[in-house]
Amino acid sequence: MKVKTYPDFIAEGSNPDILFWVGCASSFDERAQKVTRAVAFLLEKAGVTFAVLGTEESCNGDPAKRAGNEFLYQLQAMSNIQVMNGYGVKKIVTACPHCFNTLKNEYPDMGGKYEVLHHSMLIQQLLNEGKLKVEGGKFLGKKIVYHDPCYLGRGNNVYEAPRDIIKALDANLSEMQRNRENGFCCGAGGAQIFKESEKGDKEINIERTEEALGAKPDYIAVSCPFCILMLTDGVKHFSKEKEVKVVDVAELLAASLKQ
Amino acid sequence: MLSSIIFIVILIAGIILFTRNVRKIIRNIKLGKPMPPADRKKERWLQMAQVALGQSKLVKRPVAGILHIFVYAGFIIINIEVLEILIDGIFGTHRVFAPLGGLYNFLIGSFEILALLVLVGCLIFLIRRNILRIRRFHQREMTSWPRSDANIILITEIILMSLFLVMNAADSILQHRGFSHYIQAGSFPVSSMIADMFNGLSNSSLVTIERICWWLHITGILIFLNYLPYSKHFHILISFPNTWYADLGPKGRFTNPEQVTHEVKLMLDPSAEPPENTGTPQRFGAKDVFDLSEKHLMDAYSCTECGRCTSVCPANVTGKLLSPRKIMMDTRDRLEEVGKNIDSNGQFKDDGKTLLYNYIKPEEVWACTTCNACVEACPVLINPLSIILEMRRYLVMEESAAPNELNGMFSRIENNGAPWQFPQADRLKWADEDYKNFNYEG
Repeated sequence: MKVKTYPDFIAEGSNPDILFWVGCASSFDERAQKVTRAVAFLLEKAGVTFAVLGTEESCNGDPAKRAGNEFLYQLQAMSNIQVMNGYGVKKIVTACPHCFNTLKNEYPDMGGKYEVLHHSMLIQQLLNEGKLKVEGGKFLGKKIVYHDPCYLGRGNNVYEAPRDIIKALDANLSEMQRNRENGFCCGAGGAQIFKESEKGDKEINIERTEEALGAKPDYIAVSCPFCILMLTDGVKHFSKEKEVKVVDVAELLAASLKQ
Repeated sequence: MLSSIIFIVILIAGIILFTRNVRKIIRNIKLGKPMPPADRKKERWLQMAQVALGQSKLVKRPVAGILHIFVYAGFIIINIEVLEILIDGIFGTHRVFAPLGGLYNFLIGSFEILALLVLVGCLIFLIRRNILRIRRFHQREMTSWPRSDANIILITEIILMSLFLVMNAADSILQHRGFSHYIQAGSFPVSSMIADMFNGLSNSSLVTIERICWWLHITGILIFLNYLPYSKHFHILISFPNTWYADLGPKGRFTNPEQVTHEVKLMLDPSAEPPENTGTPQRFGAKDVFDLSEKHLMDAYSCTECGRCTSVCPANVTGKLLSPRKIMMDTRDRLEEVGKNIDSNGQFKDDGKTLLYNYIKPEEVWACTTCNACVEACPVLINPLSIILEMRRYLVMEESAAPNELNGMFSRIENNGAPWQFPQADRLKWADEDYKNFNYEG
C-alpha cells in the first residue's frame, strides 16, 4: 500500500493537508505499526490528505535530549527542521506524545515553527466535525481504563482528547486512582526504555499495570507507543494477555467506524 | 522608658541579623547562572497569586492542605497584631489600636480564633509526623536535622500562639478589674476559656504574667525570624518569588541551551560566526551548584521538604535511590556549604567536593523517567527534574559517562536515525500492510 511522501505530492503539484510525523517506535516496532496503520486509516476515512517524510524522517531527538545528550538532540532537530522547512511544512500530526512534545515545544527555538497535534487531538477534532462517524456496538459494555502518557498529559495538559475518543464508543470509560495530572508513568520516558532500570524493588511498568488491572478492564487504552510496549509487558507479567488488551485509542476508534 | 530602649535594641538587633542572613542567601542564589529577563509578567503575578497566596496546589491533598491554610492564614493575619506590639514596644503604649473600638474587638477576636486554629493545626502536624509517622516524613533523606527542623518549627509556633493567648487571658482579667492602664479593649473568644485559671491571682501577678508573655511573644517572633534562614521554614518568604519566577510551562518543554546551539552550528557549518568570547568557557550541564541557574538555587531554598514530589516519583515508589526531594535538599546543603566556604575564605576555595558525586550519585540521576510528576506535585513550583536533566547533560557531554545502553542508543540515532537498530530505509514498512482497510486485531 503506497503511502504518499512529500516528494509525491510535489510531483503531483498538490499540497497535503498535514504532515504525518510517524516516529521511530511507530515506524519500526511491530506492535506500534498497527497503531500507525489505524491512525493513517482514520486520516484516510476523514478525507485528510497527509504526507509522510518516509526515509527522510529521523529521530526527533527526544531520547537523546532526555538522556542529557543535547548535542545529538540539536543535530537531529536541526536536520529534521531543515527537511520540514524545505517542504514548507505548516501542520503536523504525530502518533507519539514524545514526538508531539518535542516538535511542538522544543523545535520552535531551533527554527521549526509548526502547528503540531497529537493524533488524539486531531481525531477528536474530526469526530467533532462529523468527519468520522462511529458505528456503535463493537465495544458495547466493555470496560476501558485509560492511562495518561506523561508527555501528553502532564507534559502538555492533553487529558480530554483521548478520553473523548473512548467516550464516543459505546464502552465504559473507567479511571485509575492515579489519573490525569496525577497519572503514574509507565516507566519508559526519559530514555528509560533503552536501558535497564536502576536497582529497586519493583519495575515501574509492573506497578502501573497492577493499578490498571485493579480496575478489572477489558482494555487498557493509551495514546503512546512506548506506553503500549511497557504496559503490554506488564500485562504479560501478570499472565493476563488473554483477558486484557493494551490498545491505542486510535485503534479502538478505527475498529468502530461506520463503513 | 527603659523597656522601650531595651525593646528597640532587641528589635534592631533582630532585624539587622535577619537582613544579614537573607543577604547571604541572596548572594548564594546569585552564584547560579543568571536568569533571563522575566517575560509574561501578568501571567507571573497571576501564578504567584494562585499558587503562593492562594495555596492552590496545597489543597490537592485536602487534609494537609486545609491545615496548612489555617497555619498560613493565622501566620499572615496575626502579623497585624505584631504591628501593634511593635508600636507599643517602641512607645511604651498599651494596646495602641484600642481606639478602633468595634473594629479592634473584631480584630483581636479573629486573631484569637486564628491563633487557636494555628495551634490545633500545628498539633495535628506534630501528630502526623511523630505519632502517625506518615511515610513521606521518614524517608531516607529525612535524617535527624530535617526531622528536628520540622518539630522545632511546629513547637515554636505552638509556643508563640500559647503566649499570645495567655497574654490576652491575663490582660482581659486586668481589664475586667479596671486595673491601672489596662483599658477595656478587645474581645477574647478563646482566651476567655482559659482565663478562669488565672482568676485567683493578684493584680501584680497578672501583670507579671501579661508582661512576660508579651516579651516572650515578641522576642520569640524575632528569634523565629532569625531561625528562618537556617531552616526549611524559609519557604514562607521565598515561595512568593519562587512561584513568580517559575516556568510558565508547558512542563514537557525542556530548555534548548544556546551554548550547545552555537557549537552545533559550528559543527554543521564551519564558516558560521563563532559566538562572542564571554571569558571562561562554561561547562555543559551541571556538576556543582555554580553550574545551575539562579532559579534552581532559589528552588533549593524554597523546598520545605514536604516530600509530595518523592511520594509520587515512579522511581522512588518502586524502590530506586532517586528522590526528587533529596535532589533539592542536597542542592541547598551544598550551596550552604559553598556559602560558608566563601564566608571564611573571602571567595570560594576549592574544597574538592561537588554537588554531583559528593551529594547526588549518578545512579539517582539515571533513574528519572522525566515524567514531571514531581514538578506537578510541588506546592511551590519547584522543578527537581530540571536539575536532574542538567546533571545528565554534564555526565553525557562533559564526561561521556552515560550508562552503556544509552551510549548504544546515541550511536544508533547518529548512525541510523532511530534509537533502535533499524535501517532508515525501512521507515515505511508499516505501510506494507494495507492500512486503508484497517483490520482491528484486538
